[in-house]
Amino acid sequence: MWKRFSSNIGAMIGVVLLLAVILIAIFAPLLFSHTPWQMVQRPFLTPFTMDGLPLGTDTLGRDVASQLAYGARVSLLVGLVSTLVALLIGVPLGALAGFYGNWVDEGAMRFTEFFQTIPNFALAIVLVAIFEPTLISITIAIAIVSWPPVARLVRAEVMSVRKREFVDAARLAGLSRPRILMTQVLPNTVSPIIVMASLMVATAILLESSLSFLGLGDPNAMSWGYMIGAARTVIRSAWWLSFFPGIAIVLTVLALNLIGEGLNDALNPHLSRKGKA
Amino acid sequence: MSILTTILSRAFKAFVTLLAIAVLNFCLLHAAPGDPAVVLAGEAGAADEQMIEQLRERFGLDQPFHVQLGKYVGSVLTLDLGYSFRQGAPVAQLIAERLPATLLLTLTAFVISLVLGIAFGVAASARVGKASDSLLTTLALLFYATPLYWAALMAVLVFSVWLGWLPGFGYETVGAGYTGFARAFDIAKHLVLPALTLGLFFMAVYMRMTRASMLEVSQLDFVKTAKAKGLSGPAIRRRHILRNAILPVVTLAGLQAGQLVGGAVLTETVFAWPGIGRLMFESLAARDYNTILGVFLVSAAMVILFNIVTDIVYRLVDPRIGAKA
Repeated sequence: MWKRFSSNIGAMIGVVLLLAVILIAIFAPLLFSHTPWQMVQRPFLTPFTMDGLPLGTDTLGRDVASQLAYGARVSLLVGLVSTLVALLIGVPLGALAGFYGNWVDEGAMRFTEFFQTIPNFALAIVLVAIFEPTLISITIAIAIVSWPPVARLVRAEVMSVRKREFVDAARLAGLSRPRILMTQVLPNTVSPIIVMASLMVATAILLESSLSFLGLGDPNAMSWGYMIGAARTVIRSAWWLSFFPGIAIVLTVLALNLIGEGLNDALNPHLSRKGKA
Repeated sequence: MSILTTILSRAFKAFVTLLAIAVLNFCLLHAAPGDPAVVLAGEAGAADEQMIEQLRERFGLDQPFHVQLGKYVGSVLTLDLGYSFRQGAPVAQLIAERLPATLLLTLTAFVISLVLGIAFGVAASARVGKASDSLLTTLALLFYATPLYWAALMAVLVFSVWLGWLPGFGYETVGAGYTGFARAFDIAKHLVLPALTLGLFFMAVYMRMTRASMLEVSQLDFVKTAKAKGLSGPAIRRRHILRNAILPVVTLAGLQAGQLVGGAVLTETVFAWPGIGRLMFESLAARDYNTILGVFLVSAAMVILFNIVTDIVYRLVDPRIGAKA
């Protein structure tokens, strides 16, 4: 499996990019002697003009490079945790719906459908605006709008797995239904869940940056979306203030998408390279 | 199922969904930290004791929970979305004024992304494995990773600030006094950048989907038959493969409508486009909850409408669907 993954050039580019972002996020305090909130130079310093401040300064004279490094922390953290929370909602719901069927399935799917109909970015805005923007409320809001596809995927997987022969065998062996679900069915649905999760982290990072762009970021955490939002009004005079954080988002999201596709090809080889023949 | 019964059952479902969203809105207002009356009044009302008292009476905040809920849902059903103290006007009126601009923007972006996405997807699938296919696929991957609002900002920077080709701000030239065709042309010019940047992400989605779907269908038996009949490559692609491959793309496009409406908040914010998304953004800073929740409800209604329309289109395109359901 690793062999198939590592022979995928795109996926390896993704891994390298993501590792770089993770390292920068972890070592941000070592890389920069000042916090992203500190004023270090005159405002609107053009990039590549002063040693030590490669990406220039923002409207308040703060180091853009340091802001980018600290912003990586928020993006990765919110992306990862909100995906985990979304899995915690979606996996059990989808598993119960797919395994027990009947009214459980009916109810769970109506509930999921309702959340899929609501425009998810608008719901995220409403949730964060009402519960005040903090890292926790942002993470939970993103999780609440991202779980429905997980529930649908897990339901479909469980429905196909539970009809297999080894599940019948487990039932004949006298295993209880919950035990069959936990030990026989769910472990066989893990690989598509992993693929979906890696793509969800990417979407979550985009959502977080969009929220903070609109001014719904945690006021105590520097984030890429906030940087772009703050620089929006000065785009004519200081293009680099919105340009660099945008590149950071594109590269991180691209890395995760490439990894997700690589995982998909590696874990589901019979589905990969569709129609390449 | 005939189209009429489909529409009726869809309309009923839509009604139930909107009712559920109204209930959700009500619960959110009560879950917000602080006194619901103060929350409803937003920033503007916080200082005015008398107004808060009036609100409390109007929404019956001293009454039991279910009575309050009934009152709230009842007023939403009569299209009374409350009053925006920030803007000094009823929310329903504010939204009605701004809805046309949003509809124009989202529909244009929807059509652009669908047409270009399918066209590029077909082009890529016809040249699978070649350099032009790789180029299109890579571009799609890049657009797919680009935040909507950032693409919009960069488009303003390049096409409006540096090149000066297109206006990067507003809905029409203020004070120009254009009428008729001249006005339509002026609005169209303002529409180009917002619609393109809003459609970019979705174009990438539809392109990838079309490409995959075309390649999948092209391996089916009836395509071999068409080839055996001696039809040319383009004719097979157009008449046999595309017609079948396009169905999942239309389904996906319907499902993505919600994202498009949500994305409009970002695009309208960047371009100062006077739609409901911009209205929502303006209400955020003031925590004008009546307006925020009103826009939320209306955008959900737009999504439901989008879904019904794509469903009907789908049934018209593929008669098999109606027979099955």
